[in-house]
Amino acid sequence: MRPYFLEEYGNASSVHAFGQRARAAVEEARAEVARLINADPAEIVFTSGGTEGDNTAVLGVVEAAEASKKHIVTTAIEHPAVLYAARSLEERGVRVTYLDVDSGGVVDPQEIAGAIQPDTVLVSVMHANNEVGTLQPIREIGRVARERGIAFHTDAVQAMGKVEIDVRELGVDLLTMSAHKICGPKGVGALYIRKGTRLRPLLHGGHHERDRRPGTENVPGIVGLGAAARLAQQHLAEDAARVGALRDRLESGLVKAVPLVHVNGDRAHRLPTTANLRFAHVDGEALVIALDLAGLACSTGAACSSGSLEPSHVLAAMGLPREQARSSVRFSLGRSTTDADIEFALEVIPRVIERLRAISPRYQSQKGFTAENAGNAEKTAEVYRRAR
Amino acid sequence: MTIAVAMSGGVDSSTAAAILAENNSGGASTPCDASGDARVVGLTMQLWNQRRLPHLQGLAADSAGHARGRCCSLDDVYDARRVASFLGIPYYVVNFEEQFEQDVVRPFVDAYLGGATPIPCSRCNTEVKFARFVETALEIGAERIATGHYARVSFDEATGRYRLFAALDRAKDQSYFLFGLTQDQLARSLFPLGELTKDEVRSIARRKKLPVAEKPESQEICFVPAGSYRDFIREYFAEQGIKLDDAPGEVVTTDGRVLAEHRGIFNYTVGQRKGLGVAKGEPLYVIALDRTQNRVVVGGNDELLRRRCLVREVNWIRPVEDGEEFGASVKIRNKHVAAPARVKAVAVKSEAADLRRSAPATGWVAEVEFVEPQRAITPGQAAVFYDGDEVVGGGWIVPEGAHQ
Repeated sequence: MRPYFLEEYGNASSVHAFGQRARAAVEEARAEVARLINADPAEIVFTSGGTEGDNTAVLGVVEAAEASKKHIVTTAIEHPAVLYAARSLEERGVRVTYLDVDSGGVVDPQEIAGAIQPDTVLVSVMHANNEVGTLQPIREIGRVARERGIAFHTDAVQAMGKVEIDVRELGVDLLTMSAHKICGPKGVGALYIRKGTRLRPLLHGGHHERDRRPGTENVPGIVGLGAAARLAQQHLAEDAARVGALRDRLESGLVKAVPLVHVNGDRAHRLPTTANLRFAHVDGEALVIALDLAGLACSTGAACSSGSLEPSHVLAAMGLPREQARSSVRFSLGRSTTDADIEFALEVIPRVIERLRAISPRYQSQKGFTAENAGNAEKTAEVYRRAR
Repeated sequence: MTIAVAMSGGVDSSTAAAILAENNSGGASTPCDASGDARVVGLTMQLWNQRRLPHLQGLAADSAGHARGRCCSLDDVYDARRVASFLGIPYYVVNFEEQFEQDVVRPFVDAYLGGATPIPCSRCNTEVKFARFVETALEIGAERIATGHYARVSFDEATGRYRLFAALDRAKDQSYFLFGLTQDQLARSLFPLGELTKDEVRSIARRKKLPVAEKPESQEICFVPAGSYRDFIREYFAEQGIKLDDAPGEVVTTDGRVLAEHRGIFNYTVGQRKGLGVAKGEPLYVIALDRTQNRVVVGGNDELLRRRCLVREVNWIRPVEDGEEFGASVKIRNKHVAAPARVKAVAVKSEAADLRRSAPATGWVAEVEFVEPQRAITPGQAAVFYDGDEVVGGGWIVPEGAHQ
């Protein structure tokens, strides 16, 4: 990417030599992305990332459809980019069916088929869920969509680079991916739009990306995406096996060392890189902070920089009660994860969990603590004094 | 040792964090600190979602509808984060919204509807800011907490107890709000600003070039927009689907003579003079709010003066015996000048033990008799007993009928 920040600064759409070189780099990246998913380069549109890709797909297809009444089918576990795009369509009179998932976090293709109506114009189901990693039956859904002649979009942001994705084989018409999920830079992604798919662009402006997405190309970002796609292709099989084994080691290690821990999501049908676990009687938010301070990074399903935390809609859709959702944490592994990392995690996590549970009144009352011996103030002051 | 600093994004808590971060090394933002020194971690408590009750936003909102300049606004989180980053300390936001609503907002609303004039700040401090914050601190591995409160705590070797004192800067003193702190909470609390004046704090902030050095003070109750309890209650009830009973009723004198009609009992507070709709020779003030009969009781200035009040749910920082009587200076409002009084501690049976604070099944009330009559002793406010600078204890002023 570096040359494209400082030396190769040409605008890829310019006529001159600087531009031509930039253009060449962009097209090479496009070819890599296309190869990764078995698409034609002309079917790849570069975007600013997964969110833009999802919005373009969902809004673009629905708006291009000519009927006066429209309906779309999606799931309750989609990424907010899909969910809120769908919600905005509802405000404009489009009907949306948000299908439930089972307790393992997987949607039933029969239900998709059942939800389709005469005026359905789009089905959008994510390939793999980002919070629990569960894989959705995209192939089966693709068949259903094909039979009914309905456009099928899949948000493959999380799945990309971790499982094989062949758009022809899956039968998808649109697919979203983003660079940073395959070890590329943030702020860039791609949307696959099968030739012949009718779509109204999200943005208005120049003629870039064959009139599908105006805006001067983010050349360094796109170059990074292309390189990431190439590496993903090269390492996919080996990564999946190795990282999957590390993930399994982490999970089984924790299950052995920590009481009352459960895996969230279907263990059979999921990405090899995700471990979403719930630790009974532990607040997930406090756990994330405590682990960070101990040197281990993980996350809850909630977005916390907006100043207001909401529990994971994915876990809720899977039927987890609030309490359990709040005790859940996601660990993400990747190409750079090593055995040493797992060992470190297995040393740190049980220790931190134990400390949290020792303080938790709920956990203590579970174990038969009573008011008398739960944190008696005098005793604490005494202990503190002795510790000074 | 790790210290969790409560950062609100204001000058005070930011300066408190800065003082601690300076005194403790290993302040880089890498959370792992291998040295034995104290490590400072900044936390903002998300107490109230400012996006609720959108009709309250008014002019104070920014373009995305977020309230500005009010506690727990996005601006505050942003400011706190900037200060933490400037100081090189790890920073997190913790969500206490549920607890805050349950432990502070609902009691506030209930007290208000009961005819009292509650101050949520004292309950917020004891229930949420200290109780929950200490819990969270322990969970994340911090043994101590620190805040920007103007107050002082010290340990008395002789008695083995922690003591709470007013801050050096009496004008800024916030010890009034901290009467409910337990020994455990006091043991874990650091108040870096307790020995400083407000001016000194500002100048420290400036000297250190903190991003918030010039930020103005926030004067409001954090979840209530500019002085309007009524608007808040109305909107909150609307959100909850509860109809606010705002029926007009009678304005009466203390001997029962009807003088006028009031516009709804919630528009008045004890000591209020304006808006009574009564023209009379001498000025009239609200003496009491009678919820059961929906009446506003008014009287002359003299009637606003009382010498006695009953205080319940008393927390004693300095331990007392049942029946003990002592002299103290008592504040009935934060801005009130503490007035001399006799205080009698009385143990009473209470219904529920608080598991978390492991309070005994016996509660306390205090009978307070002021040497001089005091003006507008208001149910819902806290009464805090001082022995010189020291906070002996405090509790909630009981509504009118209970004391005569």
